[in-house]
Amino acid sequence: MSFPWAKQYEPTNPFMKYLDEKLPLPRFVYNAVGAGYPVPRNLSYMWNFGVLAGFCLVLQIVTGVVLAMHYAANDAIAFDSVEHIMRDVNWGWLMRYAHANGASFFFIVIYLHIFRGFYYSSYKAPREMIWLIGVVIFLLMMATAFMGYVLPWGQMSFWGAKVITGLFGAIPLVGESIQIWLLGGYAPDNAALNRFFSLHFLLPFVIAGVVILHIWALHLPGSSNPTGVEVKSESDTLPFHPYYTAKDGLGLAVFLILYAAFVFFMPNALGHPDNYIPANPLSTPALIVPEWYFYPFYAILRAFTFDFLLPAKLWGVLAMFAAILVWFFLPWLDKSPVRSGRYRPLFRKFFWILMLDMAALFYLGGAHAEEPYIMLSQIATAYYFLHFLVILPIISSIEKPEPLPFSITEAVLGPDEKKAQGDSAGTAA
Amino acid sequence: MIRLVGILVGLGFTFVVLLAFGSGALTVMGQGYLVEETAEHAFHEEAHMPAGGYSFDGLMPSWDLAQLQRGYQVYKEVCSACHSLDYVAFRDLAELGYSEAEVKAEAASWVVPGINPDTGEASTRPGMPTDYFPSPYANDIAAAAANNNAIPPDLSLMTKAREHGTAYVYSLLTGYQAPAAALVEEFPDSVPGPGLHHNPYFANLNLAMAPPLTSDGQVTYADGTEASVEQMATDVAAFLTWTAEPSLVDRVRLGWIVMGFLLFATILAWLAKKQVWANAKRKD
Repeated sequence: MSFPWAKQYEPTNPFMKYLDEKLPLPRFVYNAVGAGYPVPRNLSYMWNFGVLAGFCLVLQIVTGVVLAMHYAANDAIAFDSVEHIMRDVNWGWLMRYAHANGASFFFIVIYLHIFRGFYYSSYKAPREMIWLIGVVIFLLMMATAFMGYVLPWGQMSFWGAKVITGLFGAIPLVGESIQIWLLGGYAPDNAALNRFFSLHFLLPFVIAGVVILHIWALHLPGSSNPTGVEVKSESDTLPFHPYYTAKDGLGLAVFLILYAAFVFFMPNALGHPDNYIPANPLSTPALIVPEWYFYPFYAILRAFTFDFLLPAKLWGVLAMFAAILVWFFLPWLDKSPVRSGRYRPLFRKFFWILMLDMAALFYLGGAHAEEPYIMLSQIATAYYFLHFLVILPIISSIEKPEPLPFSITEAVLGPDEKKAQGDSAGTAA
Repeated sequence: MIRLVGILVGLGFTFVVLLAFGSGALTVMGQGYLVEETAEHAFHEEAHMPAGGYSFDGLMPSWDLAQLQRGYQVYKEVCSACHSLDYVAFRDLAELGYSEAEVKAEAASWVVPGINPDTGEASTRPGMPTDYFPSPYANDIAAAAANNNAIPPDLSLMTKAREHGTAYVYSLLTGYQAPAAALVEEFPDSVPGPGLHHNPYFANLNLAMAPPLTSDGQVTYADGTEASVEQMATDVAAFLTWTAEPSLVDRVRLGWIVMGFLLFATILAWLAKKQVWANAKRKD
């Protein structure tokens, strides 16, 4: 694990020496996110989002555990208990708004983290496993967030649960049985709410466990970097602490400002007004939409409106799941030996088209199911699949990459190797 | 191999979704328009705030307690005949600037369901500060029966349960009107049926609620303010903003303190980052 020049943990305090001998937890932390982890010296601010995502997970668990102390998972009183939190629990409104907006910001951070991975091909060898585990984390997050949105038992909670679990009903033969098994009934009711609460409490800890695997896998090859050139020598790296703790600290502070702006000044901007109406199985909202972070996949789901061999609904469900599953295959779909989009002129153009396409899907997923939105979402969906499954494999074969720097040190400090190595002497923690 | 399969799968999904696109495009070309114009869309008007705005709007919010008290009076004397306020307790009225004695007196002026301590039978008693506002109807069936099958919604969260909540309540209350003649010609079906009332701010235009604020002076304000329909609608929309989000003002004020702290922390983090990285001598 790690590079030969990584700093070793050397406790001086007798207690820490004793602890290191019996339970080397401080050593573990030192090597994971301390001075013992050498990191490429050229990471941009796009590399902040891993730490930010970890922060969001902790934030969600802490606020969530407090909310669970006051929430009641029962369809007769769930909505009331949320209002009890908002009105009667000391700082309850802060906990709930922090949790609801925390989910949104968790997804903002994760999307940026994933898009960073797209641009710099962070999924490529030797980091495939980090990427695969990351996609698993994303899927777990989606399940967790979906079930969390059901808990307030408002109109969108109920109808969102009905629509999303209804997707399983599209599976031939066994679909309906699976749907009933998932819900514990024919429609979302107390049984569904109870199990969603149980799983919503459990899954974040599963995510935390998988995050540990994600970081473990990361520490074998070490972090990628904006040039995509692997670390060659000590001068290419800086110890994580203090360099990247300082840089992540600044990123965290800026993140918190944006987050606090939503929590305190527009806490309901990312939610839907209908969820302040108690769930009513007899009254269907005019527009049923999931939370904004599911919009791209919801747009893909709704884009399939034509029965071709299979029913349109089944196509939509298949496409929606395929849209995420395709990420699992990225390490093998993109065979270009060059990682970073910086040196891939053709790839870069298509990357930005993909970003525009994602922006379109984000917008269209929240729009009414009427023209021209349906036709636009069909074009956007077509590009989404073409990009990952057709364009990416082809451009990685035909593209002529630009020349790469010899090393990270050269990319950062210019071609003078000696000068760079001289500098690195002054990087003691 | 995996790329070949990938390309085939990709082309497959693209083919199917483009088929859907094609069939949609044919439909659109056949009908000659993208979206059929509906009466709901043609008549609809965007909710707007009253001319003077509100003290709790914007980044330096405060409650206008006199306004909230007036709004409460409108709720009590007009809205409460049909609409419940389930999540608000009489004790909460202290936040509107009422003294402890006034809250007690106010609570006692309402009749709440109780239990006869001698017989155990259901009865009624005067409210206490710990009680919640009572519902005007015993249950949903009674509410529907009394209101032509339309159940009057609870108002506690109304301004958060609609787009542009405060503006929506104000606009709806002042927006009752006869449907525009030109549009009625185009959409003859949009004329409200028996027991319904046209209101361009309501999603489907035809509202079961009769205009609740009909004449100036309908409420005699305790503080002597002239009770025009406009004034009553403005005040009750303010009151319902408070019932939906009693923490609004405290929240934004705390937000500024948090922002100040975070800004300071960001400056420190930036200086720390600069100092630490000075050693690394980056060129870019």
